[in-house]
Amino acid sequence: MILFELIDYGTLKVIWWVLLGVLLIGLAVTDGFDMGVATLLPFVAKTDVERRVAINTIGPVWEGNQVWLILGGGAIFAAWPPLYAVSFSGFYLAMFVVLAALILRPVGFKYRSKRPDTKWRRNWDIALFVGGFVPALIFGVAVGNVLQGVPFRLTEDLRPIYEGSFFGLLNPFALLCGLLSVAMLVMHGGAWLAVKSGGIVAERGRRYGSYAALASIALFALNGVFLWLAVKGYRIVDGVTPNMPSNPLLKTVTRDGASWFANYSTYPWMTIAPALGFAGAAGAFIGLRGRSELVTFLFSKLSVFGIISTVGLSMFPIILPSSIDPKSSLTVWDSASSHATLFNMLVATVIFLPIVLAYTAWVYRVLWGKVDERMIQREEHTMY
Amino acid sequence: MEIDVVALSRLQFALTAMYHFIFVPLTLGLSILLAIMETTYVMTGRAIWRQMTKFWGTLFGINFVLGVATGLTMEFQFGMNWSYYSHYVGDIFGAPLAIEGLMAFFLEATFVGLFFFGWDRLSKLQHLAATWAVALGTNLSALWILIANGWMQHPVGAAFNPQTMRMEVTNFYEVLFNTVAQAKFVHTVSAGYVAASLFVLGVSAWYLLKGRHVDLAKRSMAVAASFGLLSSLSVVVLGDESGYSASEHQKMKLAVMEGMWRTEKAPAGFAVFGIPDQEKRETRYAIHVPYVLGLIATRSLTQEVPGIENLVDQAKLDIAKGIKAYDALMTIRAAKGQNIADATKNAFEDNGRYLGYAYLLKRYVEDPRKATPQMIEKAAWDTVPTVWPMFWSFRIMVGLGFFFILLTAIFFYLASTGGLERHRWLLRLAVWTIALPWVAIELGWFVAEYGRQPWAVEGVLPTAIAVSHLGIWEVAITMAGFVTFYTVLLIIEMKLMVKAIKAGPQTDMAADGSARGRIQTVPAE
Repeated sequence: MILFELIDYGTLKVIWWVLLGVLLIGLAVTDGFDMGVATLLPFVAKTDVERRVAINTIGPVWEGNQVWLILGGGAIFAAWPPLYAVSFSGFYLAMFVVLAALILRPVGFKYRSKRPDTKWRRNWDIALFVGGFVPALIFGVAVGNVLQGVPFRLTEDLRPIYEGSFFGLLNPFALLCGLLSVAMLVMHGGAWLAVKSGGIVAERGRRYGSYAALASIALFALNGVFLWLAVKGYRIVDGVTPNMPSNPLLKTVTRDGASWFANYSTYPWMTIAPALGFAGAAGAFIGLRGRSELVTFLFSKLSVFGIISTVGLSMFPIILPSSIDPKSSLTVWDSASSHATLFNMLVATVIFLPIVLAYTAWVYRVLWGKVDERMIQREEHTMY
Repeated sequence: MEIDVVALSRLQFALTAMYHFIFVPLTLGLSILLAIMETTYVMTGRAIWRQMTKFWGTLFGINFVLGVATGLTMEFQFGMNWSYYSHYVGDIFGAPLAIEGLMAFFLEATFVGLFFFGWDRLSKLQHLAATWAVALGTNLSALWILIANGWMQHPVGAAFNPQTMRMEVTNFYEVLFNTVAQAKFVHTVSAGYVAASLFVLGVSAWYLLKGRHVDLAKRSMAVAASFGLLSSLSVVVLGDESGYSASEHQKMKLAVMEGMWRTEKAPAGFAVFGIPDQEKRETRYAIHVPYVLGLIATRSLTQEVPGIENLVDQAKLDIAKGIKAYDALMTIRAAKGQNIADATKNAFEDNGRYLGYAYLLKRYVEDPRKATPQMIEKAAWDTVPTVWPMFWSFRIMVGLGFFFILLTAIFFYLASTGGLERHRWLLRLAVWTIALPWVAIELGWFVAEYGRQPWAVEGVLPTAIAVSHLGIWEVAITMAGFVTFYTVLLIIEMKLMVKAIKAGPQTDMAADGSARGRIQTVPAE
């Protein structure tokens, strides 16, 4: 017997679908507060020292956080090659904008305080804001488009052909999802500032974070209603089995109104996800108003976890529906890597992910403590 | 070359990768040098070594972020610009990229924060461990990327699956322990070490010329010269190993690097000079050193190194087999899983690994089975990259490699005999040499990747069909965007580097945790 057959192919596909979720949630709860703080930068910090307080709360950890994004890209490539091929070539210009914005971020952190003049620093502040706000928005817009279906098809050779345009991505529902994404990450960033900074910056972080928590609740509800009333979901009719080879063209898929809600009546436990999305944001709101920092951050994480899981669970087993050729849609069953690759990658994940989590936790512990204005003044030269 | 989506996508990949690799070598090498310096600090307890670690660490940081920033693009542009490639080989190629993130990049990126911000929060040993974690992560990262790249050069452990229309892994162990990948890894990281060593050497030489920070400069030079000497020896010796691997697996690349049009009697000579002429298929004014090529490429005196024309003849045979494979594949697909005749199965079994050669014909005809002999002739000649840039890039790279050995050896001698300041012209030479490792490194990448053309994956997938279905203007916009953006960032980076170098090391607060707050002046300032 070959080693990888220890785990059934269909089971591995589901495990990798869960891991895809873990990665996206990992990205949103770690890199997410970086984006949130960067988006909040012009609002929570007015003076140079205040800006440096906000920036230095994420200064030592943004690099590690960003690896979730890199790992997300790599893992999608390794475990879901058709998804990697279709989505990034389809959302081509949007991806370019995201990359450009994301590139600004590390450079902004590192270079901003290398020179004392105000104009230099102000320009980097703008860059940091763009680097936080734009990816947060576009990630949400992308999810909004995925929920509606993306205009691509696969040829007989499984070559992806995308027939949409960049501006087609900016439709009302997608923009609403974009706003939800921004609100959610700003709430999370606000909660982070409450934990990690002191003085006026923390004060403003709490205030704006609590507004964002309310906005998240409202937008999450609004998106749900919009999805129910105006977005047709997708449903696999037949042609899939869990152990089938990864070829998306062997099935049939149909669109109808309630498909995105069908899973919740089949598996009622799944309603935990949207419930957590709401409850977490409500908890974060109360916490931000009531000054219990760590609990707030935990609630904010739960909310992020709930909102992202809601998207995944609503669509399961579809991952990327095609609006112009539904049978080309990518699903859990027919767009994964081979049995062997999924197994090998799982072994690597089981070995390394716990190690990563362990040393990341240790580093956060070492860096524990609030950043405030006194600290910036004391360590003028070593701080960002 | 005509300007189409394929050409533009290639140019975009080349540019973004080469920009990325302006920053990576310094990260690879400086991370190790920092770890060496800090180890010396921890072992001797002398504050100067801590100051050195911090000073070179500042320069490391300015460079590091751009490596990270430009690396983001690399992770996603296979999907953006090379979507058919991503589908076709993602099953094999994606895994090393993902494991790189998991095993290496997390390590590097998580601990780099502690390297910069952990001086006062960690014990000496803990901080040293963080520094080594950064160095280890950085270098492991290179290992996984080169496993991925090595597979493009020498695709082992995989086979085409007609059901999923893509390559799938058959033996992961072979992918990991690919000989080409191993040779490339050692060659590439050594090149990074050379670049970082010559950077430290050059900057320190500049301080000596100015009579500033003499103590720091001399010690830095001693470290850089010895590490640089070892690394430049390793680059050349293991570059030779790369050449040997290329001769085994990428015979065309080697023949083109040598401008060797026809198979010569073993052992072939190495052309130190020549003007390759693609039209006439000859290398004019060639000056040969007898035996050398045969020895490098075959490790024997009797084995022949095949020439370009002979390899083109071989390619024609491979294309014929590829057409048989393509025909069998079409029959298999038309059957849609129903009973497939044994003859067809056998035909695919026997010829399947030449399928990529049939795809070479797609440039000329939609259905490779309908190719005329002229088309096959053309497609076979398409397997020959343009010779002169390969020929010269390779020679300049090798020449620079030998120069680096000489220079680091001289400085090693001077550092050991205490004569670093004796020859000012040598110091000036060291300053001017700072840029040269980058020239050698970029040329090396050019030889490796341009020499792989017309293949995205050698013998498996032609570059021309690997691209995404994009409009030419889309690729043009993003390319212009990336190039402009990267250039601006590069200029800012260089300015900040120069500023930090001119400012010199900070006078160090607190030689160790216990003496916090006491200002320590640096001797011989």
